[in-house]
Amino acid sequence: MKPKKGRIVIDSRLCKGCYLCVSVCPNECIGISEESNEKGYHPAKVIGTKDANDRACTGCTLCAVICPDIAIEVYRG
Amino acid sequence: MEELVFTRPRYIKKAPFHYCPGCGHSIIHRLVAEVIEELGIGEKTIGVPPAGCAVLAYDYFDVDMGEAPHGRGPALATGIKRILPDRIVFSYQGDGDIAAIGTSETIHTANRGENITVIFVNNNCYGMTGGQMAPTTLLGQNSTTTPGGRDENRDGPPIDLSEMLALVRGTVYIERTAVNSIRNIRNTKKAITKAFKAQIAGLGFSLVEILSPCPTNWKMSSTDSCRWIDESVMQTFPLKVIKDEIG
Repeated sequence: MKPKKGRIVIDSRLCKGCYLCVSVCPNECIGISEESNEKGYHPAKVIGTKDANDRACTGCTLCAVICPDIAIEVYRG
Repeated sequence: MEELVFTRPRYIKKAPFHYCPGCGHSIIHRLVAEVIEELGIGEKTIGVPPAGCAVLAYDYFDVDMGEAPHGRGPALATGIKRILPDRIVFSYQGDGDIAAIGTSETIHTANRGENITVIFVNNNCYGMTGGQMAPTTLLGQNSTTTPGGRDENRDGPPIDLSEMLALVRGTVYIERTAVNSIRNIRNTKKAITKAFKAQIAGLGFSLVEILSPCPTNWKMSSTDSCRWIDESVMQTFPLKVIKDEIG
Protein backbone atom coordinates (compact mmCIF):
# COMPACT_ATOMS: atom_id res chain seq x y z
CA MET A 1 0.00 0.00 0.00
CA LYS A 2 1.25 3.44 -0.86
CA PRO A 3 1.93 5.55 2.26
CA LYS A 4 -0.39 8.50 2.69
CA LYS A 5 1.20 11.82 1.81
CA GLY A 6 0.34 15.00 3.56
CA ARG A 7 1.51 18.56 3.90
CA ILE A 8 0.89 21.22 6.53
CA VAL A 9 1.20 24.98 6.31
CA ILE A 10 1.89 26.84 9.57
CA ASP A 11 0.97 30.54 9.64
CA SER A 12 3.92 31.83 11.65
CA ARG A 13 2.16 35.17 12.30
CA LEU A 14 -0.66 33.39 14.20
CA CYS A 15 1.54 30.89 16.08
CA LYS A 16 2.15 31.74 19.75
CA GLY A 17 4.65 29.00 20.41
CA CYS A 18 2.64 26.70 22.72
CA TYR A 19 4.11 23.70 20.85
CA LEU A 20 1.09 21.47 21.48
CA CYS A 21 1.42 20.53 17.79
CA VAL A 22 5.00 19.40 18.41
CA SER A 23 3.81 17.22 21.29
CA VAL A 24 1.07 15.44 19.30
CA CYS A 25 2.77 14.86 15.91
CA PRO A 26 3.26 11.07 15.68
CA ASN A 27 6.05 11.42 13.10
CA GLU A 28 7.98 14.30 14.67
CA CYS A 29 7.45 16.48 11.61
CA ILE A 30 7.17 19.74 13.55
CA GLY A 31 9.99 21.63 15.25
CA ILE A 32 10.64 25.08 16.66
CA SER A 33 11.84 27.98 14.55
CA GLU A 34 15.01 29.78 15.61
CA GLU A 35 13.68 33.10 14.39
CA SER A 36 10.93 34.87 16.29
CA ASN A 37 7.73 36.22 14.74
CA GLU A 38 6.45 39.79 15.09
CA LYS A 39 4.78 38.94 18.44
CA GLY A 40 8.13 37.73 19.80
CA TYR A 41 7.29 34.03 19.87
CA HIS A 42 9.39 31.34 18.23
CA PRO A 43 6.77 29.75 15.96
CA ALA A 44 6.50 26.08 15.18
CA LYS A 45 7.92 25.08 11.81
CA VAL A 46 7.71 22.08 9.53
CA ILE A 47 10.71 19.74 9.60
CA GLY A 48 11.38 16.30 8.23
CA THR A 49 8.49 16.01 5.81
CA LYS A 50 10.89 15.29 2.97
CA ASP A 51 12.37 12.32 4.82
CA ALA A 52 10.93 9.36 2.93
CA ASN A 53 11.55 6.86 5.73
CA ASP A 54 9.18 7.13 8.66
CA ARG A 55 9.11 10.82 9.47
CA ALA A 56 6.91 11.96 6.62
CA CYS A 57 3.71 13.93 7.22
CA THR A 58 0.62 11.82 6.54
CA GLY A 59 -1.88 14.66 6.80
CA CYS A 60 -3.44 13.12 9.93
CA THR A 61 -4.58 16.62 11.13
CA LEU A 62 -3.71 15.97 14.81
CA CYS A 63 -1.56 19.13 14.96
CA ALA A 64 -4.35 21.24 13.48
CA VAL A 65 -6.98 19.76 15.81
CA ILE A 66 -5.01 20.71 18.94
CA CYS A 67 -3.66 24.07 17.67
CA PRO A 68 -5.36 26.76 19.80
CA ASP A 69 -4.69 29.48 17.23
CA ILE A 70 -5.94 27.78 14.04
CA ALA A 71 -2.48 28.46 12.63
CA ILE A 72 -2.22 25.14 10.75
CA GLU A 73 -3.79 24.12 7.45
CA VAL A 74 -3.54 20.50 6.36
CA TYR A 75 -3.46 19.15 2.80
CA ARG A 76 -3.60 15.50 1.82
CA GLY A 77 -3.22 13.64 -1.44
CA MET B 1 -4.75 15.85 -6.59
CA GLU B 2 -4.02 17.63 -3.30
CA GLU B 3 -7.00 18.25 -1.08
CA LEU B 4 -7.41 20.75 1.77
CA VAL B 5 -8.51 18.64 4.73
CA PHE B 6 -8.28 21.12 7.62
CA THR B 7 -8.71 24.86 7.66
CA ARG B 8 -10.32 27.70 9.64
CA PRO B 9 -14.10 27.13 10.02
CA ARG B 10 -16.41 29.46 8.14
CA TYR B 11 -17.81 31.15 11.25
CA ILE B 12 -14.47 32.13 12.82
CA LYS B 13 -13.17 35.45 11.53
CA LYS B 14 -9.63 35.76 10.18
CA ALA B 15 -8.44 37.64 13.28
CA PRO B 16 -5.60 36.52 15.54
CA PHE B 17 -6.87 35.36 18.96
CA HIS B 18 -5.78 37.48 21.95
CA TYR B 19 -5.66 34.42 24.22
CA CYS B 20 -2.42 33.29 25.88
CA PRO B 21 -0.32 30.53 24.25
CA GLY B 22 -1.90 27.12 24.91
CA CYS B 23 -5.26 28.53 26.08
CA GLY B 24 -8.28 26.26 25.64
CA HIS B 25 -10.71 29.08 24.81
CA SER B 26 -9.74 29.34 21.16
CA ILE B 27 -9.96 25.54 20.70
CA ILE B 28 -13.50 25.70 22.11
CA HIS B 29 -14.35 28.70 19.88
CA ARG B 30 -13.27 26.66 16.88
CA LEU B 31 -15.29 23.59 17.94
CA VAL B 32 -18.45 25.67 18.44
CA ALA B 33 -17.93 27.31 15.03
CA GLU B 34 -17.37 23.91 13.38
CA VAL B 35 -20.60 22.57 14.91
CA ILE B 36 -22.53 25.67 13.79
CA GLU B 37 -21.18 25.17 10.26
CA GLU B 38 -21.91 21.44 10.19
CA LEU B 39 -25.47 21.90 11.45
CA GLY B 40 -26.04 24.67 8.88
CA ILE B 41 -27.36 27.13 11.49
CA GLY B 42 -24.85 29.97 11.01
CA GLU B 43 -27.41 32.45 9.71
CA LYS B 44 -29.78 31.99 12.64
CA THR B 45 -27.37 31.55 15.55
CA ILE B 46 -26.99 34.22 18.24
CA GLY B 47 -24.15 33.94 20.75
CA VAL B 48 -23.85 35.58 24.16
CA PRO B 49 -20.24 36.10 25.29
CA PRO B 50 -19.39 36.51 29.01
CA ALA B 51 -17.27 38.83 31.07
CA GLY B 52 -13.89 37.17 31.48
CA CYS B 53 -11.14 36.11 29.11
CA ALA B 54 -13.71 35.36 26.38
CA VAL B 55 -15.31 38.80 26.61
CA LEU B 56 -14.06 39.60 23.10
CA ALA B 57 -15.52 36.41 21.60
CA TYR B 58 -17.66 38.63 19.33
CA ASP B 59 -14.44 39.65 17.59
CA TYR B 60 -13.86 36.02 16.58
CA PHE B 61 -17.28 34.43 15.96
CA ASP B 62 -18.78 35.43 12.63
CA VAL B 63 -22.37 35.01 13.86
CA ASP B 64 -24.63 37.51 15.63
CA MET B 65 -23.47 38.14 19.20
CA GLY B 66 -24.86 40.13 22.13
CA GLU B 67 -22.55 40.85 25.05
CA ALA B 68 -23.92 40.08 28.53
CA PRO B 69 -23.02 41.79 31.81
CA HIS B 70 -20.97 39.61 34.17
CA GLY B 71 -22.79 36.35 34.91
CA ARG B 72 -26.00 37.39 33.15
CA GLY B 73 -25.47 35.31 29.98
CA PRO B 74 -28.36 32.88 30.60
CA ALA B 75 -30.74 35.76 31.42
CA LEU B 76 -29.83 37.63 28.23
CA ALA B 77 -30.03 34.39 26.23
CA THR B 78 -33.50 33.79 27.70
CA GLY B 79 -34.64 37.18 26.47
CA ILE B 80 -33.23 36.67 23.00
CA LYS B 81 -34.71 33.18 22.68
CA ARG B 82 -38.16 34.26 23.88
CA ILE B 83 -38.34 37.16 21.42
CA LEU B 84 -36.80 35.20 18.54
CA PRO B 85 -37.75 31.55 19.22
CA ASP B 86 -36.63 30.40 15.77
CA ARG B 87 -33.00 31.38 16.46
CA ILE B 88 -30.38 29.11 17.98
CA VAL B 89 -29.05 30.87 21.10
CA PHE B 90 -25.96 29.88 23.04
CA SER B 91 -24.22 31.53 25.96
CA TYR B 92 -20.48 31.09 26.39
CA GLN B 93 -19.31 31.41 29.99
CA GLY B 94 -16.30 30.84 32.19
CA ASP B 95 -16.36 29.26 35.63
CA GLY B 96 -16.22 32.52 37.57
CA ASP B 97 -18.99 33.93 35.38
CA ILE B 98 -21.36 30.97 35.58
CA ALA B 99 -20.56 29.51 39.03
CA ALA B 100 -20.03 32.64 41.16
CA ILE B 101 -21.30 35.89 39.77
CA GLY B 102 -24.10 34.38 37.69
CA THR B 103 -25.13 31.45 39.93
CA SER B 104 -28.65 32.77 40.36
CA GLU B 105 -29.25 33.39 36.64
CA THR B 106 -27.76 30.01 35.75
CA ILE B 107 -29.85 27.99 38.20
CA HIS B 108 -33.13 29.73 37.45
CA THR B 109 -32.63 29.63 33.67
CA ALA B 110 -31.94 25.89 33.92
CA ASN B 111 -34.89 25.39 36.26
CA ARG B 112 -37.25 27.14 33.85
CA GLY B 113 -35.96 24.84 31.12
CA GLU B 114 -35.21 27.69 28.74
CA ASN B 115 -34.44 26.23 25.31
CA ILE B 116 -30.84 27.49 25.11
CA THR B 117 -27.36 25.95 25.06
CA VAL B 118 -24.65 26.94 27.54
CA ILE B 119 -20.95 26.39 26.87
CA PHE B 120 -19.32 26.38 30.32
CA VAL B 121 -15.53 26.71 30.16
CA ASN B 122 -13.97 25.54 33.42
CA ASN B 123 -10.32 26.52 33.93
CA ASN B 124 -10.40 26.43 37.75
CA CYS B 125 -9.53 30.11 38.26
CA TYR B 126 -10.43 33.69 37.37
CA GLY B 127 -8.25 33.96 34.27
CA MET B 128 -8.62 37.53 33.04
CA THR B 129 -8.10 39.22 36.40
CA GLY B 130 -4.90 37.32 37.11
CA GLY B 131 -5.67 33.88 38.53
CA GLN B 132 -7.68 34.42 41.72
CA MET B 133 -9.54 31.54 43.38
CA ALA B 134 -12.81 30.65 41.64
CA PRO B 135 -15.58 28.43 43.07
CA THR B 136 -14.11 25.64 40.90
CA THR B 137 -10.50 25.96 42.11
CA LEU B 138 -9.28 22.56 43.31
CA LEU B 139 -8.44 21.82 46.94
CA GLY B 140 -4.73 22.46 47.38
CA GLN B 141 -4.50 24.46 44.14
CA ASN B 142 -2.43 27.62 44.32
CA SER B 143 -4.01 30.84 43.17
CA THR B 144 -3.19 34.48 43.89
CA THR B 145 -5.84 34.54 46.64
CA THR B 146 -5.06 31.07 48.00
CA PRO B 147 -1.26 31.05 48.33
CA GLY B 148 -0.28 27.68 49.74
CA GLY B 149 -3.36 26.06 48.21
CA ARG B 150 -7.14 26.14 48.62
CA ASP B 151 -8.12 24.96 52.09
CA GLU B 152 -11.51 23.27 52.54
CA ASN B 153 -12.05 24.64 56.05
CA ARG B 154 -11.25 28.19 55.04
CA ASP B 155 -12.44 28.38 51.41
CA GLY B 156 -14.95 25.54 51.05
CA PRO B 157 -14.73 22.70 48.54
CA PRO B 158 -14.91 23.19 44.74
CA ILE B 159 -18.49 23.47 43.50
CA ASP B 160 -19.96 20.79 41.20
CA LEU B 161 -22.18 23.15 39.24
CA SER B 162 -23.03 20.70 36.46
CA GLU B 163 -24.16 18.04 38.95
CA MET B 164 -26.27 20.68 40.72
CA LEU B 165 -27.92 21.72 37.47
CA ALA B 166 -28.69 18.08 36.66
CA LEU B 167 -31.02 18.05 39.67
CA VAL B 168 -33.42 20.66 38.31
CA ARG B 169 -36.25 19.51 36.07
CA GLY B 170 -35.70 21.88 33.15
CA THR B 171 -32.32 20.50 32.02
CA VAL B 172 -32.22 17.84 29.32
CA TYR B 173 -28.55 17.37 28.52
CA ILE B 174 -25.42 18.02 30.61
CA GLU B 175 -22.00 16.60 29.84
CA ARG B 176 -18.50 17.33 31.14
CA THR B 177 -15.66 17.08 28.62
CA ALA B 178 -12.14 18.51 28.19
CA VAL B 179 -9.88 19.94 25.50
CA ASN B 180 -6.53 18.66 26.78
CA SER B 181 -6.03 15.87 24.22
CA ILE B 182 -7.04 14.98 20.69
CA ARG B 183 -9.50 12.37 21.93
CA ASN B 184 -11.10 14.74 24.44
CA ILE B 185 -11.30 17.53 21.83
CA ARG B 186 -13.19 15.18 19.49
CA ASN B 187 -15.53 14.11 22.30
CA THR B 188 -16.12 17.77 23.18
CA LYS B 189 -17.22 18.46 19.62
CA LYS B 190 -19.66 15.54 19.78
CA ALA B 191 -21.06 16.87 23.06
CA ILE B 192 -21.50 20.40 21.66
CA THR B 193 -23.24 18.92 18.60
CA LYS B 194 -25.62 16.99 20.85
CA ALA B 195 -26.37 20.06 22.96
CA PHE B 196 -27.17 22.20 19.90
CA LYS B 197 -29.32 19.42 18.45
CA ALA B 198 -31.29 19.29 21.71
CA GLN B 199 -32.02 22.99 21.31
CA ILE B 200 -32.94 22.63 17.63
CA ALA B 201 -35.40 19.89 18.63
CA GLY B 202 -36.86 22.28 21.24
CA LEU B 203 -36.20 19.96 24.18
CA GLY B 204 -34.92 22.46 26.78
CA PHE B 205 -31.78 23.58 28.59
CA SER B 206 -28.50 21.95 27.51
CA LEU B 207 -25.03 22.57 28.92
CA VAL B 208 -21.53 21.34 28.10
CA GLU B 209 -18.89 21.88 30.79
CA ILE B 210 -15.42 21.88 29.24
CA LEU B 211 -12.25 21.53 31.30
CA SER B 212 -9.81 23.94 29.70
CA PRO B 213 -6.10 24.60 30.31
CA CYS B 214 -4.91 27.98 31.64
CA PRO B 215 -1.11 27.73 31.39
CA THR B 216 -0.53 31.38 32.33
CA ASN B 217 -2.35 31.34 35.67
CA TRP B 218 -1.47 27.76 36.51
CA LYS B 219 2.15 28.77 35.85
CA MET B 220 2.83 25.70 33.71
CA SER B 221 3.84 24.97 30.13
CA SER B 222 1.06 24.17 27.65
CA THR B 223 1.84 20.46 27.64
CA ASP B 224 2.11 20.31 31.45
CA SER B 225 -1.28 22.04 31.72
CA CYS B 226 -2.85 19.36 29.54
CA ARG B 227 -1.27 16.66 31.70
CA TRP B 228 -2.41 18.42 34.89
CA ILE B 229 -6.03 18.28 33.72
CA ASP B 230 -5.67 14.51 33.34
CA GLU B 231 -3.89 14.01 36.67
CA SER B 232 -5.61 16.52 38.96
CA VAL B 233 -8.63 18.32 37.56
CA MET B 234 -10.36 15.12 36.42
CA GLN B 235 -10.03 13.68 39.95
CA THR B 236 -12.40 16.42 41.15
CA PHE B 237 -14.34 16.93 37.91
CA PRO B 238 -14.58 13.51 36.19
CA LEU B 239 -15.54 13.46 32.52
CA LYS B 240 -19.01 12.00 32.04
CA VAL B 241 -22.49 12.47 30.71
CA ILE B 242 -24.17 13.92 33.80
CA LYS B 243 -27.70 14.04 32.45
CA ASP B 244 -29.15 12.86 29.15
CA GLU B 245 -32.89 12.94 28.68
CA ILE B 246 -32.68 13.33 24.91
CA GLY B 247 -33.14 9.57 24.44
